[in-house]
Amino acid sequence: MYEISDNKQLAPGYNLLKINAPLVAARIEPGQFVVLRIDERGERIPMTVCDYDREEGIISMVVHAVGKTTKRLSILKPGEKILNVAGPLGVPSAIKKYGHVAGVCRQGTAAALYPIMRAMKEEGNRVTVVIGAKSRREIIFEEEMRAFCDRVIIKTDDGSAGSRGYAVHGLTELLKEDRADLVMAIGPTTMMKTASKIAIAHGAKVLVSLGAIMLDGTGMCGACRVTVGRKTRFACVQGPEFDGSLVDFDELKRRQRMYLKAEKISLQAFEREKETETQKTDR
Amino acid sequence: MKRKRVRQKKQHPGERIKNFDEVVIGYTEKDAVEEARRCLQCRDAGCRKGCPVEIDIPGFIKFIKEREFGLALETIKKNNYLPAVCGRVCPQEVQCEGRCILKKKQEPISIGGLERFVADYMLKRMPGQNPPIVPQVSRTGKKAAVIGSGPAGLTVAASLSELGHSVTVFEALHEPGGVLVYGIPEFRLPKKIIKKEVEYIKSLGVDIKVDVVIGKTLFIKDLFDMGFDAVFIATGAGLPKFLGIPGENLNQIYSGNEFLFRINFMKAYMFPEYDTPVNVGERVFVIGGGNVAVDCARCARRMGARVTVLYRRGRDEMPARSEEIRHAVEEGIEFRYLVSPVGFVDDGNGNVEAVKCIKMQLNDPDRTGRRRPVPVEGSEFVIEADTVIIAIGQSPNLLVSVATPDLEVSGDGVIKVDGDGRTSMKGVFAAGDITTGTATVIKAMGAGKIAARAMHEYIERKGNGRKEIAGRNRT
Ligand SMILES: Cc1cc2nc3c(=O)[nH]c(=O)nc-3n(C[C@H](O)[C@H](O)[C@H](O)COP(=O)(O)OP(=O)(O)OC[C@H]3O[C@@H](n4cnc5c(N)ncnc54)[C@H](O)[C@@H]3O)c2cc1C
Ligand SMILES: Cc1cc2nc3c(=O)[nH]c(=O)nc-3n(C[C@H](O)[C@H](O)[C@H](O)COP(=O)(O)OP(=O)(O)OC[C@H]3O[C@@H](n4cnc5c(N)ncnc54)[C@H](O)[C@@H]3O)c2cc1C
Ligand code: SF4
Ligand code: SF4
Ligand code: FES
Repeated sequence: MYEISDNKQLAPGYNLLKINAPLVAARIEPGQFVVLRIDERGERIPMTVCDYDREEGIISMVVHAVGKTTKRLSILKPGEKILNVAGPLGVPSAIKKYGHVAGVCRQGTAAALYPIMRAMKEEGNRVTVVIGAKSRREIIFEEEMRAFCDRVIIKTDDGSAGSRGYAVHGLTELLKEDRADLVMAIGPTTMMKTASKIAIAHGAKVLVSLGAIMLDGTGMCGACRVTVGRKTRFACVQGPEFDGSLVDFDELKRRQRMYLKAEKISLQAFEREKETETQKTDR
Repeated sequence: MKRKRVRQKKQHPGERIKNFDEVVIGYTEKDAVEEARRCLQCRDAGCRKGCPVEIDIPGFIKFIKEREFGLALETIKKNNYLPAVCGRVCPQEVQCEGRCILKKKQEPISIGGLERFVADYMLKRMPGQNPPIVPQVSRTGKKAAVIGSGPAGLTVAASLSELGHSVTVFEALHEPGGVLVYGIPEFRLPKKIIKKEVEYIKSLGVDIKVDVVIGKTLFIKDLFDMGFDAVFIATGAGLPKFLGIPGENLNQIYSGNEFLFRINFMKAYMFPEYDTPVNVGERVFVIGGGNVAVDCARCARRMGARVTVLYRRGRDEMPARSEEIRHAVEEGIEFRYLVSPVGFVDDGNGNVEAVKCIKMQLNDPDRTGRRRPVPVEGSEFVIEADTVIIAIGQSPNLLVSVATPDLEVSGDGVIKVDGDGRTSMKGVFAAGDITTGTATVIKAMGAGKIAARAMHEYIERKGNGRKEIAGRNRT
């Protein structure tokens, strides 16, 4: 059992969850994730570890509540426990001296980008981060990024913070005036696809972190298979980071939709359950 | 006088395809004794030589005849820690029963059925009457680490624990049992049986830690740093193979492992009560001919699908257990032999819509005596499918060897060992599927036993060496 040591809402739908998992905390590196399961009936889902305290044995993650499991995670209280946390999984980010590294993310994925960019800075790179969001309210990790980034660019869909537009627009604007050696894009699949095109057009290397559907996370099922450079790769053990210029993003998008129907059923059942529960406690 | 084999009771096919309960219900006490009576008690018994762990088969059958079921179990347990499992899943027809003298004249003794009966009988009779929990502190003061909790890992853990060492098992998944829990379906091997067997092994003092992925969470080097005197690797052959043909990554194309992992380990057959989904659809094709293929087909059938297994060789070449092929046929699963897929058709939305196949023929036996299938030119055809499951084999798990460069492996990731399970690294042993590729439960356990002996010797010798040095230092 793994105890929740903190749970804090950062923005609507986004929670920073801290979990006591000493073995993972001792070994995790930027770019790696865990597979967790809440209880006996729960699904195994992957979550990127965005920060860690090796001494305290604590790992942090930002949970975007999109379906049953992530919604349940978001309402866990400190002191409550979840059944399984396995990791660290995946290959750590290749932290090297590139020169200028430009990170691109949207809303909650800023958390996944954060430890990578921090390590890139520590390695001696100049780092710029573009954060995109729907509006001011959905921006998270801005302060954390500003603490070490050479530059942070904010883009919002409605212009309520930074300038109006998507993160990828911010990337284009940036690359026009300031060449990057590496673009590191983490976010929705469409965004990573576009960011990769932009990076290539500007002669930058590009890495993306793929959100393939996963099950075991140890290479034993092939649920997470993605096509990279015409070859099938398992995102959990050979990724999740890959060269964005080689990834078949359309296939990935399609595979991510494989369980839409079931996910809806699961969520509806959960919400009905929650409703009856609140009714009970209201009475 | 010829007496016919007494059959084990089974669920009727029409009934069992509607549930995931066990197909074979097993012997009653009376039936077991009756079947045991048929055994000729051969002196130089062939059956025993057919069993990879050489259980004293005439010996335990004699006890059944005498209704001494406790003694029967004791006899079996001398060579096999998991009789309830092996009685159910061993390919008996090519092992013990295949060598039974009665095979030629009538039908061989149902050795598996009897073994299972004894194990189940005693499991039922002794609820909570497990042997006393041995305290965690080991009697020898020595510690052994076991990586992987499949049959090989559990056997080694139990053996070393009985020899007085303190044993910790590290398992990557959330439950111990390996293929026995994530692969073999409930209707062939109920989870509660494995749970009981695992409980028994824990009662010997073995500590099992789940969620620990060796090569990621901890490395072999860490285990030695933590004070383990020897390490045993039994990580199995769990990596799914794919065909490498066009369209293989379309939605609704599963590896056999993923399909079983979802349905069986994550209980997707109880979705949405359990959270993990699986999409099955009405028309399912399973590609392959081994146990995994047949298990997938039978799971899909139970999810309501019409199922066809496509195998590129013939029935006689199928490596699956023959009893299970028979069960599958009874359940209405169709087998099409001498066909091989060459590609998959997209429905326009990224889902598989059809399988392109080609007919095969078997050429003359090659030097190994196996007839190789070759495509028949111009025989391509297309069949419509909602779901395709690819079950063409697994290769060794790589996480440990990738993270341990000193460990010698062959090209496909099989860990190299000598006859006693010693790897190229000092103090590191291995057995089971990780050293052979996919084999059988009992072979994994048999090799585990041998490795456990070698490990015990190593640990003892190492300990003595140390004492000597310590002694010399003192003088
Ligand atoms: C390497 C990796 C790291 C991730 N890190 C984070 C993170 O830090 N924070 C975060 O909020 N989310 C992260 N995700 C995504 C997260 O795993 C999914 O959102 C989660 O599984 C959804 O589960 P659910 O039951 O809440 O929603 P569901 O209703 O099951 O699904 C909602 C969406 O999530 C996707 N999804 C469903 N199941 C899985 C699965 N087993 N694996 C991957 N995607 C799935 C589906 O495509 C769907 O679009 C990560 C995914 C991967 C692959
Ligand atoms: C679907 C299916 C049906 C089968 N049916 C039969 C049958 O009817 N009869 C029969 O005799 N045989 C059958 N087999 C084969 C048999 O199950 C295997 O030969 C046997 O389980 C091998 O045992 P093992 O202990 O070597 O490995 P496994 O049972 O594969 O166990 C390996 C364990 O190691 C764990 N592991 C892997 N990597 C790591 C790591 N890095 N760190 C920690 N843990 C790790 C895995 O999660 C797993 O739990 C079947 C196999 C399958 C897949
Ligand atoms: S362990 Fe398997 S091979 Fe040996 S006697 Fe039992 S069923 Fe037969
Ligand atoms: S060979 Fe057959 S008849 Fe002879 S002892 Fe073994 S099980 Fe009995
Ligand atoms: S999640 Fe199963 S192989 Fe990657």
